Amino acid sequence: MQFMLLFSRQGKLRLQKWYVPLSDKEKKKITRELVQTVLARKPKMCSFLEWRDLKIVYKRYASLYFCCAIEDQDNELITLEIIHRYVELLDKYFGSVCELDIIFNFEKAYFILDEFLLGGEVQETSKKNVLKAIEQADLLQEVSKFNFSGQSISMVGCESKKFLFL
Amino acid sequence: ADLRGPTSRQPVRRTAQAPARTPGPGRGGGGGGGGGDGMRGLAVFISDIRNCKSKEAEIKRINKELANIRSKFKGDKALDGYSKKKYVCKLLFIFLLGHDIDFGHMEAVNLLSSNRYTEKQIGYLFISVLVNSNSELIRLINNAIKNDLASRNPTFMGLALHCIANVGSREMAEAFAGEIPKILVAGDTMDSVKQSAALCLLRLYRTSPDLVPMGDWTSRVVHLLNDQHLGVVTAATSLITTLAQKNPEEFKTSVSLAVSRLSRIVTSASTDLQDYTYYFVPAPWLSVKLLRLLQCYPPPEDPAVRGRLTECLETILNKAQEPPKSKKVQHSNAKNAVLFEAISLIIHHDSEPNLLVRACNQLGQFLQHRETNLRYLALESMCTLASSEFSHEAVKTHIETVINALKTERDVSVRQRAVDLLYAMCDRSNAQQIVAEMLNYLETADYSIREEIVLKVAILAEKYAVDYTWYVDTILNLIRIAGDYVSEEVWYRVIQIVINRDDVQGYAAKTVFEALQAPACHENLVKVGGYILGEFGNLIAGDPRSSPLIQFNLLHSKFHLCSVPTRALLLSTYIKFVNLFPEIKTTIQDVLRSDSQLKNADVELQQRAVEYLRLSTIASTDILATVLEEMPPFPERESSILAKLKKKKGPGTVTDLEEIKKERSSDMNGSAEPTSVNSTPSPSADLLGLGAAPLTNSAPPPSSSGSLLVDVFSDSASAVAPLAPGSDDNFARFVCKNNGVLFENQLLQIGLKSEFRQNLGRMFIFYGNKTSTQFLNFTPTQFLCLNLQTKPVDPTVDGGAQVQQVVNIECVSDFMEAPILNIQFRYGGTFQNLSVKLPITLNKFFQPTEMSSQDFFQRWKQLSNPKQEVQNIFKAKHPMDAEITKAKIIGFGSALLEEVDPNPANFVGAGIIHTKTTQIGCLLRLEPNLQAQMYRLTLRTSKEAVSQRLCELLSEQF
Repeated sequence: MQFMLLFSRQGKLRLQKWYVPLSDKEKKKITRELVQTVLARKPKMCSFLEWRDLKIVYKRYASLYFCCAIEDQDNELITLEIIHRYVELLDKYFGSVCELDIIFNFEKAYFILDEFLLGGEVQETSKKNVLKAIEQADLLQEVSKFNFSGQSISMVGCESKKFLFL
Repeated sequence: ADLRGPTSRQPVRRTAQAPARTPGPGRGGGGGGGGGDGMRGLAVFISDIRNCKSKEAEIKRINKELANIRSKFKGDKALDGYSKKKYVCKLLFIFLLGHDIDFGHMEAVNLLSSNRYTEKQIGYLFISVLVNSNSELIRLINNAIKNDLASRNPTFMGLALHCIANVGSREMAEAFAGEIPKILVAGDTMDSVKQSAALCLLRLYRTSPDLVPMGDWTSRVVHLLNDQHLGVVTAATSLITTLAQKNPEEFKTSVSLAVSRLSRIVTSASTDLQDYTYYFVPAPWLSVKLLRLLQCYPPPEDPAVRGRLTECLETILNKAQEPPKSKKVQHSNAKNAVLFEAISLIIHHDSEPNLLVRACNQLGQFLQHRETNLRYLALESMCTLASSEFSHEAVKTHIETVINALKTERDVSVRQRAVDLLYAMCDRSNAQQIVAEMLNYLETADYSIREEIVLKVAILAEKYAVDYTWYVDTILNLIRIAGDYVSEEVWYRVIQIVINRDDVQGYAAKTVFEALQAPACHENLVKVGGYILGEFGNLIAGDPRSSPLIQFNLLHSKFHLCSVPTRALLLSTYIKFVNLFPEIKTTIQDVLRSDSQLKNADVELQQRAVEYLRLSTIASTDILATVLEEMPPFPERESSILAKLKKKKGPGTVTDLEEIKKERSSDMNGSAEPTSVNSTPSPSADLLGLGAAPLTNSAPPPSSSGSLLVDVFSDSASAVAPLAPGSDDNFARFVCKNNGVLFENQLLQIGLKSEFRQNLGRMFIFYGNKTSTQFLNFTPTQFLCLNLQTKPVDPTVDGGAQVQQVVNIECVSDFMEAPILNIQFRYGGTFQNLSVKLPITLNKFFQPTEMSSQDFFQRWKQLSNPKQEVQNIFKAKHPMDAEITKAKIIGFGSALLEEVDPNPANFVGAGIIHTKTTQIGCLLRLEPNLQAQMYRLTLRTSKEAVSQRLCELLSEQF
């Protein structure tokens, strides 16, 4: 995998992970182009598209789009399930994850991703093992994070409170 | 947990929910209150940003925060770890919003050496996201990483490895590429650290392969495929796959390990692998990776391993037919991910017809699946199946479904795949249908893919044209339907083909003339029309409806609407008309003389008008006829359109059966491309030495944009003509026989008689003048690549007469290329120039050898080195008649050995190739498969190049 982007329906980038060296300028250009391309697609369309010399695999969960760029010989369907497994991991960790969790705990979203994918390849597919690693870290951290699904903090943007798994 | 798809709108909370997180037992200091969070300040800041009503307000808030952080970092008071962490985290957030961050790196580096995990972790995250190749900093970062790697604390080691994998810079590779393999294979390394180390190494190998040393560790890495921990196996498989692509020998042992691992996974019950089972599919990620690894290698040589792999692939195919264990899309996706990867492997091996056909049937089912994703992938995967000789026919049976997809799919990316597949499955039998459907689709196709479809149609029409009138019609249709998308390459090509094929010239002239009648026609049509009428307008001038004047007026009526390059082309057409149709010379001169031409602001147009007008005024008819003579044939070469499509789609994506065959039979194939004959001789030809004149590279330079017509003025007399069309077919006919007609056109017939003994041969070439006019300056020249001795022939050949030339041949060493015979002469004032390949092939120096079954097999075994054997599996091109096959093998020169092969349907032969320096023993075996209409030909000789060449030559015969 060359990179993964998470962005909202409004086109706001929520998380970016690059597994190939690119300049900031190039990253911004790619992001702009892809967000536009993916948001323009209709709901029932296929989850894969050719883009430059890469394959784009994307899926929408509630208000968030998860979008991966893979190489020609990579497997599209398993990439789709990489996305799903990542969403499951977020959901399990945050407890009914919503976009706000990812905004306010973006560093956690990165940590979970690093346990699951490293250098663009799957490192650990077992949900238990990934969460165990994160929870161990949390114990060391001795603090916990915000959890928006259980709290009433006034936030703008009604979309982002939707759970990714409805 | 009930995990419904994203499209479900019901706002139902899941019942089995993770327990709400309770505040941790303590805090890191700083913030506080609320839910007992980590960094309250950060949360407040994020809320502030989200509450900003405008972009300006957001920027203002950010600038305020940046100023605040800067002052804190610069302040006199030393910041505690928590504050540093908080501010670094804020900077990270600002960066992720898309703003530039130019400070804070030092503070982040400081966090790396904190003892608190939480601070260290944020430090690493900042470094990972905001890599900066500031060398000063990199040294500090590397230092911190080194300490963490040495800490033996698996959590710290993990963080350090993640950081290396995320940054992956060259400096990091220099510092750690030697260290990480040790961590990876050390016995006491924790599993999770091994996983990180494997992928970390993979990332470093990708950025700086030269810095990752291969060594003892490689064999131990391969054995990680046997590890008990499936997470370790998963990470290791990725690493091994990448390494094996570059160093296949070093990682060869991974094949059998990967097969046995895969076998254990696919045969396991769905609960065996516990948490590695994903929606009832056992270890789908690992399975995909193992199948991917196996695609770095040919089919396993060990029959046991090969058998086990075949079983695995069959099991995967079988499972696809079983009812789903779950209705969830995750189940079917994971299952099909493995299935598609298995099919990729089957296609990669391209050796098991049974599996290939099963794969094709499976994909056929997916073509009609209700899931768009599966239809997309099936179309994509079938494209590669179409290029396998075994499954090409099976793919073709789905043509109607694919055409239907082109018409009904709602998603353009799926339709694109359907176009690709139609292109891939096209052959002579269905070309007309496929081209018609593509043209049909082109009328409504999305703009984004029109140019590509145009290229594909143009290529197919050319490649499979039996009837060139169809080709001309197709290209003109392309221009009519999608003129804007017809690139120069396409219309150049149609002109090249019309010029090279005299049977279609009249038709082309008539057709473009008719097409130009349309009141609004595309400029590309004007270009093609102008060019073709300028060359061949005379062929339709007899019809009063297309008299010279009418042709001229028709073209000239378009003139003023066209761009400068097209007008320049039309001016050249006009001067050609002056030669073709003297009766309208004055009309044309009047046009050229008009102010709008002679004083045109465009210098190219003005120059052409002036020069053409002058030429038409002062040149005699004879000079005009010579200067404005019909264009000589273009050299045959790879279609420029194909080159363009390849460029557009990237190399390796445009494949078709012929190209693959070509690749397989290696580039030594002398009969593959006429252009290869014109290029420098292959190394093997050099071996023949002895007075071999270098082959002149004589192809005229490729005509570039706008210069096509200028070629009229270039002198082509000294050039060697490209090979005459059809000469390859004729050449192949002589492989198994020595006498016959080698070449024939309206003027000349070339006959051959030849005999060979050991390494010597003699060939009589008969040149027959079929006309009633003398040939003058008749000069046949052999372009030597063998030791040939020829006697000169008389430079005049009377009408109806035949002259004979004797060629003495000596085979000095084994060779690939056949000599070229170039013939130049003048006939009725025109210069003629043609080239044919002389059918002197390596097998001519074969002496048959009889031997017993026992001898045969003994020698067969002696030649078992893989380099000595060359095998080719190919489809029968002729009816599979045993008697004809026998005759051909004998004609090829080897002895036909009866009752040697245990299977009486097979043919075996033996012989010796004689060259001046050596003798090379050759054994051959031909196994026909009547059911599949295929042959397998195996050649074993002591010399690889000889096996290769003989195999190529003989494969063409059946």
